[in-house]
Amino acid sequence: MIFALDLLEPYGFQFFRNGLVVATIAGALCGLLGVFVILRGMSYIGHGLSHAVFGGAAASAVIKVNYFLGAGIWGIVSGLLIARVARRRVIGADAAIGVVTTASFALGLALMNRYGQASKSIEAVLFGSVLGVKVVDIYAVALVGLLGLVVVVLGYRKLLFSTFDRDVAQVSNVRVSLVEAVLLAMISLTILVTMRVIGTLLISALLVIPAASARMTTNSFSRMLWISPIIGAVTCFVGMNLSYHLDTSASATIILLDALVFVVVYAVAGTRNRAKMASLAHL
Amino acid sequence: MRRSILNKTDTPLIVCEHVSCTYGNAPVLHDVYLKINRREFVGIVGPSGSGKTTLLKAIIGSQPVAHGSITIEPQLTIGYVPQVETVDWYFPVTVEEVIVMTRAKTKWWPQITTAERKAVREVLEKLGIADVAHRHIRELSGGQQQRVFLARAMFCQPDILVLDEPTAGVDVRTRHEILHLLADLHEGGLTILLTTHDLNGLAAHLPRLVCFNKTVLADGNPRDVLTSQILEATYGAPMEVLEHGGMPLVIDHGRVAMRGEGK
Ligand SMILES: Nc1ncnc2c1ncn2[C@@H]1O[C@H](COP(=O)(O)OP(=O)(O)O)[C@@H](O)[C@H]1O
Ligand SMILES: [Mg+2]
Repeated sequence: MIFALDLLEPYGFQFFRNGLVVATIAGALCGLLGVFVILRGMSYIGHGLSHAVFGGAAASAVIKVNYFLGAGIWGIVSGLLIARVARRRVIGADAAIGVVTTASFALGLALMNRYGQASKSIEAVLFGSVLGVKVVDIYAVALVGLLGLVVVVLGYRKLLFSTFDRDVAQVSNVRVSLVEAVLLAMISLTILVTMRVIGTLLISALLVIPAASARMTTNSFSRMLWISPIIGAVTCFVGMNLSYHLDTSASATIILLDALVFVVVYAVAGTRNRAKMASLAHL
Repeated sequence: MRRSILNKTDTPLIVCEHVSCTYGNAPVLHDVYLKINRREFVGIVGPSGSGKTTLLKAIIGSQPVAHGSITIEPQLTIGYVPQVETVDWYFPVTVEEVIVMTRAKTKWWPQITTAERKAVREVLEKLGIADVAHRHIRELSGGQQQRVFLARAMFCQPDILVLDEPTAGVDVRTRHEILHLLADLHEGGLTILLTTHDLNGLAAHLPRLVCFNKTVLADGNPRDVLTSQILEATYGAPMEVLEHGGMPLVIDHGRVAMRGEGK
């Protein structure tokens, strides 16, 4: 009885309830989009985008522009730039992406050093902060979550086709470039609205690990699209609660939990199905 | 009804004129001229790296053309079967999912409908692999994998089938089966364009052959095209052509040449 009350204790705090809602939706959303991130071998894009958005977040904190506006525009622009560079399949494309996003990240850090008073919100963006979650964050993540769901449901076959077989999708009148632009915009938006909870440094992990775990449990694309968001949401929900009781960083706890799920699934599925294991080459 | 216009035989479906393609600065196709008419069954042969895949991709529109033009008959539906090596076999899709993904238009919920399930069954039955619908693509044999992608191409009821190396990596029996399958489809009114490096097993049986190495070196009936001169020009290696049972039979002298070099 006392134990149960203990578990409920954090729910007495508004900030915790807000953070929990944002984190759980963020987990589901990252899990959903993560399916495409790992199947397209784009994990470096998630990583790069989160770093780019950090620069935008820092800049908007310094010049006192609304975070969603400043970092959002920054994120969408860098997302589309990355898509352009990646589509041309130039040798060294990922190096170019690396340079741009890392420079953006460094700019954010420099701004953080220079302007002390802005550093608090920048730090929150870097490592994530449950305390900083506002009601507007809930609306933002709920809106993007809904949008992500709509995009995946309505565009399901186009997304699947252009992910599995780009050339043939194009012949079959799928507008592959549009599909890819939409996907990148969605990933940028996701990073934007979840960054203040999960933090730049760990968000790319949330875009990869639940989907990778899900991949090992099934050989069906549609089932993977269910399993991955569920893993993401559950680990975020449990991780948030754990972090309160263990007094650890929320994002670190969530990612460790995801890694744990991954290891367990790896151990269980790995001995049974080598085809599913080999799929890790997608990462 | 798209099928009804198939009766006109001599309309060109695809015309390539002076087509050149490059990857970066490396020229891969040079001044290609190729015309594919309705109801033709055409094979493109050439060594690996000669640009066969690039040519097919230029035709289906996924490879930009640097010079020249490719004219495709308007409203032409192309069914493309990629080379098996280029398919990501670890991708988490079942056979049914692979085939159905070509129908991009769905009701708001993208689940496979009963009607689609039935259509998938029909096309799989036609290709003799009715029982694999729910299997993961990785779990299939080489011949089954080839047929799954053929089924996907057939599913959108194409006017022309374009196949890249349809018999690469399959055993002799499967090769026969695929060849007969394609012959039946051709008989049923389909236009077929394929590439192969299998001269005796596949190319010699086709009504029209194109010898290809960056450009078209010869184009015509296998009897006229499969000569040692043309094949040497295509493959850059000595080849001998015998006749066997009324069919040309190509012997490549790779081993003989190597022995010669050793001396
Ligand atoms: N994406 C690519 N980038 C650079 N070079 C390529 C690419 N694809 C093919 N090539 C080169 O183009 C040439 C023709 O390739 P390809 O069309 O695949 O020939 P084939 O199908 O006849 O084996 C080869 O030399 C190959 O190395
Ligand atoms: Mg090829």
